[in-house]
Amino acid sequence: MSAPPLAQARRSRAPSPGSPARSRRGPDDIRVAAGGRGWTPWAFLLVPLAFLAAFTYLPVAAMLFYSFTDWDGFSRTQDFVGADNYVELLTRPQLFRVFAVSLFYLAGAFVQLVLALYFATVLSFGTRLGNVFKGFLFFPYLINGVAIGFVFLYFFQPGGTLDTVLGALGVGPRLWLGDPDLVNTSLAGVSVWRFTGLTFVLFLGAIQSIPPHLYEAAELDGASRWQQFRHIIVPGIKPIIGLSAILAVSGSLSVFEIPFIMTGGSNNSETFVIQTIKLAFTFDKVGLASAAAVVLLALVLLVTWLQRILVPQERVEQS
Amino acid sequence: MTTTSAGRRRSSPRAILAALLKYLSLTLAVVAVVLPLAAVLLTSLRTSEEATATRNPLAAPDDWFNLDNFAIAFTDGQMARALWNTAFILVFSLLGTVMIGSMAAYAVDRFRFRMKKAVLALFLIAALVPSVTTQVATYQVVDGLGVMGTRWAPILLYAGTDIVSVYIFLQFMRSIPVALDEAARIDGANALTIYWRVILPLLRPAIATVVIVKGVAVYNDFYIPFLYMPSADLGTISTALFRFKGPYGAHWEVISAGTVLVIAPSLIVFLALQRFIYSGFTSGAVK
Repeated sequence: MSAPPLAQARRSRAPSPGSPARSRRGPDDIRVAAGGRGWTPWAFLLVPLAFLAAFTYLPVAAMLFYSFTDWDGFSRTQDFVGADNYVELLTRPQLFRVFAVSLFYLAGAFVQLVLALYFATVLSFGTRLGNVFKGFLFFPYLINGVAIGFVFLYFFQPGGTLDTVLGALGVGPRLWLGDPDLVNTSLAGVSVWRFTGLTFVLFLGAIQSIPPHLYEAAELDGASRWQQFRHIIVPGIKPIIGLSAILAVSGSLSVFEIPFIMTGGSNNSETFVIQTIKLAFTFDKVGLASAAAVVLLALVLLVTWLQRILVPQERVEQS
Repeated sequence: MTTTSAGRRRSSPRAILAALLKYLSLTLAVVAVVLPLAAVLLTSLRTSEEATATRNPLAAPDDWFNLDNFAIAFTDGQMARALWNTAFILVFSLLGTVMIGSMAAYAVDRFRFRMKKAVLALFLIAALVPSVTTQVATYQVVDGLGVMGTRWAPILLYAGTDIVSVYIFLQFMRSIPVALDEAARIDGANALTIYWRVILPLLRPAIATVVIVKGVAVYNDFYIPFLYMPSADLGTISTALFRFKGPYGAHWEVISAGTVLVIAPSLIVFLALQRFIYSGFTSGAVK
């Protein structure tokens, strides 16, 4: 489960209008129930902050430090090499190849958003067996990643399920995972299969929180379903679309599991994370791997920051 | 986009066509979801001769009750041990996540102290760092703690890096009236008693959400057990299944059976808790 990005977390701090928590934002902060001694909150925060430091801040700091050394992960010496690792990364053509791979997943993420939006809209209005369809769409998200990897290794096998089905439609067999031009499309397809359900459920929840009287009013005014979609649903769930878009971009940069399980990164399907993990744990180049990880982290932060600028977080006032 | 209501325009030909397209698209989606899974399920019921013979992967197996592959997958794949390891990790990480998340949320929501804003900001900023990017260095931290290659490594990592649960608890805690804390305080309860006797029981719905969302993530995670517990004795559901790749490379009937064994519990939990699962994920990702 990805962590919520800052934008989302920040918005969530504002209580929804009318909730009893609203009053806490006043200057007197009357919700604070603390008595006496000042160390009590720290007693509760001790363990959470220790974990936060140990597993988030310390690694980030260490990673920055390693990225300027030639450390191999074992030896006692860590020689400072300045920006050498970064220079090596930027001058390696491989780096750009793994970014080209990300583009396939980014395209997949776009398909995923559109599909999820379509199905969420369709299933928000009286559909027979709506819950059954909802269940089918969401279930792939709950499946174990390794199991999904195997399911699709079998599905894409030469002469396997996909070839059989497409054969019935008159399409010839392909090397879905063996053809370097096709492998990333196939893998991005698996990612769409896996994650559409989550995006769909998020959109569905958001659409259902739009007050029904808005549709009724629109219908009285003679608005078509498309107009309602365009002018009520899309603006109503804009924050969630924005959130899903950042998750999609940072997700496409940090793809690991499915290509690692299915192809091990062969045939042109190596992603940034697979490359970094290999650098660190197979080739013992912790310094170089750290520099790569710093670049990835910087990119993800950049995307989140761009999203904050491009999609201003207007709070949705629910009438 | 064909978004049509079955409303009052039902009778017009255009509306009928739109409804038709709607159900067609939904049916196609169901087929796309089911087809790959059905192929694996059918293959798991085949004998090895049946599976190697080149024939339609969607053909019915000769014997619908051939469970041999499941027995092989379960015993040779050390699935019992994997289930035990997964359950062990699951229980302790959930316990840790709930305690850490609720304590942090209690401290931040119910007390006024200096640097409260800074503490909140620390949690906020951490939410921006995808854990997949920091594993190279996290590996060294885990190594330094001396838990490498034990089940405590994933437990610490799962419990220690879950910012989402802190937010779920924080969100929910705001709806619990402070008057309850005050009443308990007047009765002489201290902060720990209030947290344990008043707050934690009232957080039950939030705990259920965290347990569902986190439980699914832990059960399905591959990356962390793969990196931190390489020994075969410490296989979880994910890594044990991953090991099928070598010895059973060509035996798709056994790999399929293992895959079905891993998916089945998810399906059962999903069917049993459907309603809570949707709302859990909605609040997990959105709030």
